[in-house]
Amino acid sequence: MAVELEFENKPKLVTAITDSMVMIRRSSTHIVRNTDQLLGTFFQPIMFLVLFSAVYSGAIETGGEESYTNFLMAGLIVQTLAFGSTTTAQAVANDLQRGIVDRFRSLPMNNLAVLNGHVVSDVFRNMISAAVLIVAGFVIGFRPNADLADWGLLIGLTILLTLSFSWLSAILGIVAKSVEGVQWLSFVVVFPLTFASSAFVNPELMSSWLRGFAENQPITHIVDTYRALLLGRPLDDSWWIATLWLVVIIVVSMPVAAWLFKRKTSE
Amino acid sequence: MAKNDSVIKVKGLQKSYGKTEVLKGIDIEVARGTMLALLGPNGAGKTTTVRILSTLLGYDKGTVAIEGFDVQKDADAVRKIIGLTGQSAAVDELLTGRENLVMMGRLYRLTKESAKARAQELLEEFDLVKAAERPAKTYSGGMRRRLDLAVSLIATPPVIFLDEPTTGLDPRSRIAMWDIIEGLKQKGSTILLTTQYLEEADQLADQIIVIDGGKVIAKGTAKELKAKVGKDRLELTFATDSSFKKAVNVLGKLIQEADKEEKTVTVILKDTNEDVRKVLDVLAREKLKFDAMAVHKPTLDDVFLSLTGKQVKEEV
Repeated sequence: MAVELEFENKPKLVTAITDSMVMIRRSSTHIVRNTDQLLGTFFQPIMFLVLFSAVYSGAIETGGEESYTNFLMAGLIVQTLAFGSTTTAQAVANDLQRGIVDRFRSLPMNNLAVLNGHVVSDVFRNMISAAVLIVAGFVIGFRPNADLADWGLLIGLTILLTLSFSWLSAILGIVAKSVEGVQWLSFVVVFPLTFASSAFVNPELMSSWLRGFAENQPITHIVDTYRALLLGRPLDDSWWIATLWLVVIIVVSMPVAAWLFKRKTSE
Repeated sequence: MAKNDSVIKVKGLQKSYGKTEVLKGIDIEVARGTMLALLGPNGAGKTTTVRILSTLLGYDKGTVAIEGFDVQKDADAVRKIIGLTGQSAAVDELLTGRENLVMMGRLYRLTKESAKARAQELLEEFDLVKAAERPAKTYSGGMRRRLDLAVSLIATPPVIFLDEPTTGLDPRSRIAMWDIIEGLKQKGSTILLTTQYLEEADQLADQIIVIDGGKVIAKGTAKELKAKVGKDRLELTFATDSSFKKAVNVLGKLIQEADKEEKTVTVILKDTNEDVRKVLDVLAREKLKFDAMAVHKPTLDDVFLSLTGKQVKEEV
């Protein structure tokens, strides 16, 4: 053997972290390499932004003095982040179907690092698409009124939201039968949930049966928090309800995903 | 090192999926530095066996140990010393060849420097240097298999599982793969190979275990297995129709098969030396000239057919 191999000998906790770092690097490389997905990450939100602000700006009452573009931005950001988080579902389903998970499992590594990698790379991807969306918003007339502390909170909220949705999405990827199924399913979940919320239209304008749902579902609280932070409005109860939802989702979906993943891969 | 020192020890291995018994008590021993081929048709239980041996799958009964480590209780210890190449090339499609190798090296707990150096070495060894910076999805089938095998060797594990490493490859890539596997054996690795290609087992393995329906139906060297079944055959080809017909007449009962089109007769040899001499004597007496003569050893196809009563379907 020409190359003398050196092995690291670190405690289990440390190697669990380095395994995750290796997998985060892998999944993050995918952000740049997966060109189809890259287009979706950037063009879909920009297309929605242009369409919505052009089509609805005169027609929709925002319930305030804000322009519709200013109102729309928070909703679009949350929808984009939610769609972005479904990448984990696709990536996990893809890994399971391609057999690469078997390879990982035959290594002396921490197997949950695979999930960590996808989830954390979603945070990077979502940060990028949110930034692109905000820049594009500026171009067509979005004028935020957030100070430095608000932007800091927005970044924190974005991380929390992505972790929460992506862990949920990991569960979807594990139980799904095919990658195509995941794509379809995430569409069917994310679309209605974001539309039946305060994302694009003030729920007060919705028909009464939908209104009750729209006003109380988590997406509305999340969107309202984003909107308040972006436009420099005072925060109401929405912020802690949103945070509670997101934290609870993480606390529940992480162990469930881990358990399902273990079970699925030892069949 | 004891001579009959077994690295892989499997005793009475049983596995069921629900009510379907996939493995019905299999024994396997692979001696250090040797290659064992697990030969059998699709659905015989080969992949299930490899998945159990490589810690991916649990089992119901029996004992499975690699270098004395129990694959269930000491899974981590086993994972450090094995390399697995599965049926579907398990590489990351979006990462380059080099990135795949370094990543897997890191997951084997190699230091960064070691992983990089070893990746370079394997890229050279497996003729992948030119493709090293390209995403694996652009690789041809043969290249992907080579990368897959290279990945499983990144930490130079002493025990290697190759699950149908050449299935679906074109003949040229298959032969290239055989050379690589032969090289691994020469380096002293202990290898368990599964295959449905008899020729592959014959070419590469020191020992062959034939399994069918989850049971071992024969074991031994290729030579021993062949000896169990077939006798050597003598094939004589004649230049003209008249000499062919005359030969059929004079050899009479000795002939097992006569092919008019090819002008070939086949004689089964009970005692190779004695019987060949006998046939040649008869031909000399009749002043018959043959065009070509060949003695054929039985192939593993013959072995398989006589053991299972089934023809092995050769693909490609």
